[in-house]
Amino acid sequence: MMQIEEKFTFETWPASPEKATLEAKNKFLGFWLFLGGETVLFASLFATYLALKNRVPENSHMALAKDIFELPLTFVATMLLLTSSLTSVYAIYHMKNFAFKKMYLWFGITILLGAGFLGLEVYEFNHYVHKFHHTFTSSAFGSAFYTLVGFHGGHVAFGLLWILTLMIRNAKRGLNLYNAPKFYVASLYWHFIDVVWVFIFTVVYLMGMVG
Amino acid sequence: MVNQQLNSANPRVDIEYRRKKSAEEMRYQIVSFSMMLFLTLIAFATVGLKGFDHWFAVPFILLLAVVQVIFQLFYFMHMNKKGHEAPSLFLFTGVLAAFLIVWTFSTIIWW
Repeated sequence: MMQIEEKFTFETWPASPEKATLEAKNKFLGFWLFLGGETVLFASLFATYLALKNRVPENSHMALAKDIFELPLTFVATMLLLTSSLTSVYAIYHMKNFAFKKMYLWFGITILLGAGFLGLEVYEFNHYVHKFHHTFTSSAFGSAFYTLVGFHGGHVAFGLLWILTLMIRNAKRGLNLYNAPKFYVASLYWHFIDVVWVFIFTVVYLMGMVG
Repeated sequence: MVNQQLNSANPRVDIEYRRKKSAEEMRYQIVSFSMMLFLTLIAFATVGLKGFDHWFAVPFILLLAVVQVIFQLFYFMHMNKKGHEAPSLFLFTGVLAAFLIVWTFSTIIWW
């Protein structure tokens, strides 16, 4: 077991810094338990959405899934998030090589891509509300849609703030066994956000456009 | 200071080995990113081209999503590596519950 305060060089940096201390091991285990719980949470939101999809008041002529969704916007958002998942893989690669600055560079790019995704989502929701009067309270469909997609968007926002906070807090510390597991766990969270998005673009957007 | 190096007596040898290992891992990750990109493109094309029947398109894009998520979990989130027994247990228990929940909600609206 390594010591948390120890100073490292590239040569002495352990191969798996995310699990090199007891605290790191606990963090790793606890975070995966949390991800199991998140899976159940999002499953319940997906299930609710599937049950309430296109349920609008009768004879209301309200917009349905096939009327509001557009392929290009969803595609661009998907590309931004998928690429940000790759850039956080790069960040962890440099963390394992004890390359602090390169890790910061790639986490920085991850944050920019994630912010781009979030900006698109804000535009999208605004567009639905003003063009189609598709709001949180307009129908059961609206409630289920904004709860599921909004919860994911909330995760993106939280993930961005999390990574940004870690970067500001540890900017002058350099890499050590205290903060390396924190960066690792934050990157797991970011990948999980992309996992959820894969199902959102498939189940909500693509299946919505198919009919 | 307790600093147990599980490495050999010659640190240079280990560093070479680790460099090789991480370069290899990076290659796998680039391949999985390309696969994920490819699967995404096929899924969007299936819907965008409009030529496909609903009964084909929906199961097909769901299958693409599942394959893409497997790439994400096993390569990007390192579940293919040693020491992920407990994470697998936690995650797959969550996935089992997810199946039951979605199944329940989709059958309850049948009648």
